[in-house]
Amino acid sequence: MQSLSSTLRALLRGAGAAALLGGCAATGGGDTAGVPGPAQLVGAVNRVSWGVSQSTWQQVEKVGYPAWLEGQLRPTPAPLPAAAQAQIDSLTIARKTMPQLVADLDAQRKAAEQLTVDDEKKAAQQAYQQELTRLAREAATRSLLRDLYSPNQLQEQMTWFWMNHFNVHQGKSNLRVLVGDYEDTAIRPHALGKFRDLLGATLRHPAMIRYLDNEQNAANRLNENYARELMELHTLGVEGGYSQRDVQELARILTGVGVNLGSAEPKVKKELQAQYVHTGLFEFNPNRHDYGAKQFLGQPITGRGLAEVDEALDRLSRHPATARYVSRKLAVYFVADEPPPALVARMADVFRSTDGDIAAVLRTLFTSTDFARSLGAKFKDPVHYVVSSVRLTYDDKVILNTGPMLGWLARMAQPLYGRQTPDGYALTQTGWASPGQMTTRFEIAKAIGSGNAGLFKADGPQPQQRAAFPQLASAFYYQSLQQTLGPKTRQTLEQATSPQEWNTLLLSSPELMYR
Amino acid sequence: MERRLLLKSLAALSAGAATGNLWAAPASKTRLLFVFMRGGYDATSLLIPIASQYYYQVRPNIAIAKPSDDAKSALPINADWGLHPALRDTIYPMFTAGEAAFVPFAGTEDLSRSHFETQDSIELGQSLQGTRDYRSGFLNRLATTLNANQASAISFTDQLPLIMQGSAQLPNMALRSLGKPQVDARQARLIATMYDGTSLAAPVREGFVVREDVMKEMIGEMDAANRNAITAKGFELEARRIARLMKEKYNVGFVDVGGWDTHVGQGNATGYLAGRFEELGRGLAGFAEEMGAEWRDTVVVVVSEFGRTFRENGNRGTDHGHGSVYWVLGGGVRGNAVRGEQIALEQKTLFQNRDYPVLNEYRALFGGLLARMYGLNAGQVEHIFGTRGSDIGLV
Repeated sequence: MQSLSSTLRALLRGAGAAALLGGCAATGGGDTAGVPGPAQLVGAVNRVSWGVSQSTWQQVEKVGYPAWLEGQLRPTPAPLPAAAQAQIDSLTIARKTMPQLVADLDAQRKAAEQLTVDDEKKAAQQAYQQELTRLAREAATRSLLRDLYSPNQLQEQMTWFWMNHFNVHQGKSNLRVLVGDYEDTAIRPHALGKFRDLLGATLRHPAMIRYLDNEQNAANRLNENYARELMELHTLGVEGGYSQRDVQELARILTGVGVNLGSAEPKVKKELQAQYVHTGLFEFNPNRHDYGAKQFLGQPITGRGLAEVDEALDRLSRHPATARYVSRKLAVYFVADEPPPALVARMADVFRSTDGDIAAVLRTLFTSTDFARSLGAKFKDPVHYVVSSVRLTYDDKVILNTGPMLGWLARMAQPLYGRQTPDGYALTQTGWASPGQMTTRFEIAKAIGSGNAGLFKADGPQPQQRAAFPQLASAFYYQSLQQTLGPKTRQTLEQATSPQEWNTLLLSSPELMYR
Repeated sequence: MERRLLLKSLAALSAGAATGNLWAAPASKTRLLFVFMRGGYDATSLLIPIASQYYYQVRPNIAIAKPSDDAKSALPINADWGLHPALRDTIYPMFTAGEAAFVPFAGTEDLSRSHFETQDSIELGQSLQGTRDYRSGFLNRLATTLNANQASAISFTDQLPLIMQGSAQLPNMALRSLGKPQVDARQARLIATMYDGTSLAAPVREGFVVREDVMKEMIGEMDAANRNAITAKGFELEARRIARLMKEKYNVGFVDVGGWDTHVGQGNATGYLAGRFEELGRGLAGFAEEMGAEWRDTVVVVVSEFGRTFRENGNRGTDHGHGSVYWVLGGGVRGNAVRGEQIALEQKTLFQNRDYPVLNEYRALFGGLLARMYGLNAGQVEHIFGTRGSDIGLV
């Protein structure tokens, strides 16, 4: 084992670390004046990832923090641990494409409707609903396994961030069969790419179109739902300077953008046939489109079909309000509930000069002194609390069952794909740190700390169970974590009467509520 | 036009006549439950403007028929309004017994027609002009305005909503599903000690206290279940639990109910929205029953962030609108009435040719109501809502 100071020197080579140094010097928060303690680099890794663990820390030690951070910002495909990948490979959603799944489920639904005996019909309909629910649960399982074990931690964290930004709710219609694909193909590939690509991918995914009712939006029968949220929540922000008129005009532009789950296609007038689009489950139906001229955000848009939508998305994604709104939201997520305006302004500048390059904007954030100063002070929302606790407790020992984690997230009101309204979950402390939330966290701390939470008890006909006592009192704890704990926490830990209780208290400590 | 004048004078009369029936409960006994229907419920389907020809014209698929013998028709309220038939066995009997009133054209000055903006506006309860304190909800300010021995506020939600956030640390606990806590009393003490002196000390301690209260209450429920008593489900179960806790300990409560954003296929006398009304009505009636003698000193206020478009959209649903209809229920409420400023609903009286205008601004409305319930003076109302209260004779 290297000594801490030589580890530290190795870690600090590079620009990112220089900023970290600057930040630490400014707050005087190091072991000695001007020199950061290793805790601060642990803190940076803790924030950029889903929570620091011994093995992630070892990766950072191996390549140095700056190189590790750069690898996080520009990830290359990296394998999951075999035990995690095998679980994902066994999922139905990994073996069938979304159109296949939708077709299968649709056939199942129709078959159920055909039944004439009431009880049989009821049972068949129930089975159909259960299958939908099971598929959404598979999607959540895959998502959590990646959060826990992917070497590309930032990509997975950003996937959650964008899933929340472009929120859809699995409870609507048949979205339970769509959410996995939405996350996997629309969000995750663009999580660190160009914002315009991400925005375009969400617009062309049936989950979003269906969730915000745009398949109902047609010429002279406008439905404003998607148009409004596209500006208010996805791009400009509510103070982005658009009017009710812009909402209506964007709704007109979006007419005809819909979903077609089957193979039957509408009869389109001859002169518009070339405009018809049906790729995957996405459909643009010229019959339903308003071909009139529009005025959107102060500029005219010539009525000409789907190209209007692309023009509108270009306009929205390049609007200065979007750069500010998205940059601020990223800073709220990664820096502070009230991020410094100067940092947000610099990020917005980078957003504009790079045409919305998300990784470039994040690099500005992660190498800022504001970031370094903020380490350890951002309250974990439930998903961060749950994922970071399991990562810290079990490190690379792959869990066999995500069910308990999904249950905890539901109990704390932050389940995956479970936010009903399009605004997504709050990214700030308020609300997540309330008395009821804290009490629930301690219950979860006890479940994990006692080692009987069920994380190593697989579902299935021959349930596999592995003994897995939590490894919290590890080398990593004594080398790094312990130094970040305050005297009250250390004294309380000394009063634990069993290793289980020691684990419970550690996971309940104030220090582990922050990242 | 004449109706409009008549309605205005009636509203004025009822407010003036309020002196005959003053809220009698002392502030310490008064209980308030605030229910938020998140999503912007279609108030036009709750309180049906049966006198408006235009209503029937622009809602060809989703209107509800004028009161008649048909079970699917509106329940009679007065010449202008009817009530949704899904509330026949729950809110309607409460209304006719004089324990429920409705306030149409109620809402905010917020014109964003955004769910989140408008919900925040209402929960903050502050003027849109000038700087707002985004960490201070009006129920929190109510709790701090009342003496500590008068107010014990709680939110029955998984998260502490904006309306309850502010300078006082108020607790929250959702009551939908309850389990026996695993962290024992000694561990709770050890955990609380770790938080002493931190910014989370208050929520941590408060959380353990509430946990105790709730478990004590729920022992009774478990006993009843063991005796094979019929137990309620869904929102009714939650509402009955809320009532039991509010009877024993908490006198200011908040709960929210979602699922009102009916852009598509909302139904009419039956269908999706009717089902939501039915469930909410059953819950509130269950709450009233469970309160027993204390119902007399209890007021339930039901609000939503905005109303919806007066016309149905192309999908047999409705889109985001402006003015809403608030409900005020309670044993001491001056019910069996539709209160506040009103106008006849025609094309030309629609706000922005789209939805209901707001004639009864919510801050003045709540200010007037809370002043009466708690004996607040003008300065206290001003402190909570930044405006004078307007007493429209609800209690």
